This record gives sequence, C-alpha cells and structure tokens, in this order.
Amino acid sequence: MDQALPPFQVFLEDHLDPVRAFLRGMVGPTDADDCLQETFIAALRAYPRAHAGNLRAWVLTIARRKAIDHQRARSRGARPVAEVEHLVDRANSAPAADSEAIAMNPRHTAIWAAVAELPPGQRAAIVLRFAVDLRYREVGEALGTSEEAARRNVHEGLKKLRRSAAELKEMTR
Amino acid sequence: MTDFMEKLATRASEEGLLDVAYATVDTPVGQVVVADTMRGLVRVALPGERLDNVLDQLVEDISPRVIAYPRRLDEARRELEEYFEGKRQRFELALDWRLSTGFYRRVLRATAKVPFGEVITYAEAAERAGSPRAFRAAGSALGSNPIPIVVPCHRVVRAGGDIGNYGGGPELKRFLLELEHAI
Repeated sequence: MDQALPPFQVFLEDHLDPVRAFLRGMVGPTDADDCLQETFIAALRAYPRAHAGNLRAWVLTIARRKAIDHQRARSRGARPVAEVEHLVDRANSAPAADSEAIAMNPRHTAIWAAVAELPPGQRAAIVLRFAVDLRYREVGEALGTSEEAARRNVHEGLKKLRRSAAELKEMTR
Repeated sequence: MTDFMEKLATRASEEGLLDVAYATVDTPVGQVVVADTMRGLVRVALPGERLDNVLDQLVEDISPRVIAYPRRLDEARRELEEYFEGKRQRFELALDWRLSTGFYRRVLRATAKVPFGEVITYAEAAERAGSPRAFRAAGSALGSNPIPIVVPCHRVVRAGGDIGNYGGGPELKRFLLELEHAI
C-alpha cells in the first residue's frame, strides 16, 4: 500500500529551509524567494500525485527546474550569488570564511561569477552537496542522476572553482 | 506564521489550490481547530483532539492540500469567539457537509436548526431526520459530527434529563448548555 502523504503544511515546514538554501545557491538571495514561491506553488499543484517515499528529491527537482527557468528568463549580466568561497572552504574542511567579509570582498564577487559560469549540472550538484548538505546519493536523486555522476559533477565543479580561485590569487597578489 | 507562508497560502487560495485551510482558536475550554474548504466550514475539532491527527484525517477524507491559513477562517474564528463570550446565538457560516452522508447528514442538518438555548432528545433528532425509530443511529450520527459547536449536537440530550454523551466529553457538553442557559 502507498504511504500516505503528509498534510502539505507539514511537507512545507519540513522542506522549506533546504529548498531555500538550494535556490539561494542557484539564483542568489535576491531572486531566491520568488523562485521559492514558484517552487512550492508548483509542488502544491502536483502534490496529490506525489509519492510519499522521497518528497525531498521530488521538491528539489521542481526547484531546479524553476531555477533554470529563472536563469533563462534573466539577462546574461545577472549573476548568482552563492557563497562559493564558503562552499570551497567546507569542501576542504577549512574553517568557514566570515560571510560579511565575503560580501565586501571583490575577489569573492569574482568567485561567485565563476560559479555562475559552471555548467548547470555542476552548479546544482555543488549547491546541493555543500549548501543543502545532501549526501552524494541524495544529490543524485534530486538531479535524476546516479550517485557516481553526482560525485563526478561536484568534483569537476570544485576543480574549476579552485582553478578560478588560484588565478584570482595570482591576479591580486 | 511567516510572511513567506502567508503569501504562499494567499496565492494558493486565490488560484484554487488550497483545498483545506485551517487555523486554531483559543476558547475558554481550550484550543479548537477550524478547517474550511472552498465551499465552507468543514471541520471543527474540539480540545483534546490532536492537531496532527485532525490534519491526517483531512488528508485522507478530502485532500493532501492542507495548509494553515488563518485569514480564510477569520469569520469562523470571530463567530466562535463571540459565541464563547455570550455575544452570539447563531452562526452565519457557510457549511461544507461532505464529511457526513445519508442518514447521518440528515440528522446533523436537522440538529443544525435547533436554536440556541433549546434542547431536543435523540428520538426527536431521529424523527426530524425522517426515521423516528432510529434514535440509536441518531446518537451515532451526532457522535460523529465533524462540525461540533457550530452544528450544535450538544443540544441533543437523553429523554430522562441526563445530558448524554459528547465527543468532547460530557463536561464540555454541560459547559456549552450552561453557557446557553439551556440547563
């Protein structure tokens, strides 16, 4: 027998924070709330047909589609504003940088731009892994790929980001 | 309720996606849960019923699109507050009867017409529902009332003078009848 769906209110409270973190990483904090509303309205529309088994992956899939729609609709000049330096630091198990300092530092603005340049699959995988704190298996579920592909996307994305960071370090030295 | 939740629920309601909205009301007898559909008030849960059980049952009976949205229940909350303050004798809310069917619904509809401050017996409730001998079934129908207080099943009592059973407990039934000066 199918597991019963929780009331939408409970679903909303359970998944609001991770979906918000994901969208902030994908489209930046300014536009994240618009995408967040679009995501949960779309989820509400489809909710009666959802499967109770893996609602987090389900709603993250919707959020990713909304983020992609959003990026397509926006001009090329727009940049996502994920705290990439923070993500890279966590990936290296180094202490997290002070987020105020990140916001003020032009070097980091450039790194955010570097994340915007990542292919969408890598960007989504990195945000899910480090901003939403999913395991690779869960990243794969949310992106509709295997665990291995998720791991590879994160790895490739981080490699590019480290390269950008190193180039910046050279430039500002 | 956060600003985001409020905006989401408002939009959901406007787009016809909010199948069940609910809110809580603080009353002298404890916290009451009220829920409505696009048709009207569908459920009142008395103190003692757990919110999560009430919501799960609404999912099963109506739809999983259940969201806390007090604004859609402003009128129901206001009328209930006035009732408990002794300032209101009849409710003027649209009702959604979908949670009861057949004979049960007929009993509850007949009961809804019993005025403030009056009582009838289970046999009279059965008779008004068109089946004079079915007073036991009338008792079951009243016991299953999904919209208590607003559909005043507390106004149906035993013939001998005993107030009889109540979903929220006999003390609550006595409280309501005393509030109405019916006993």
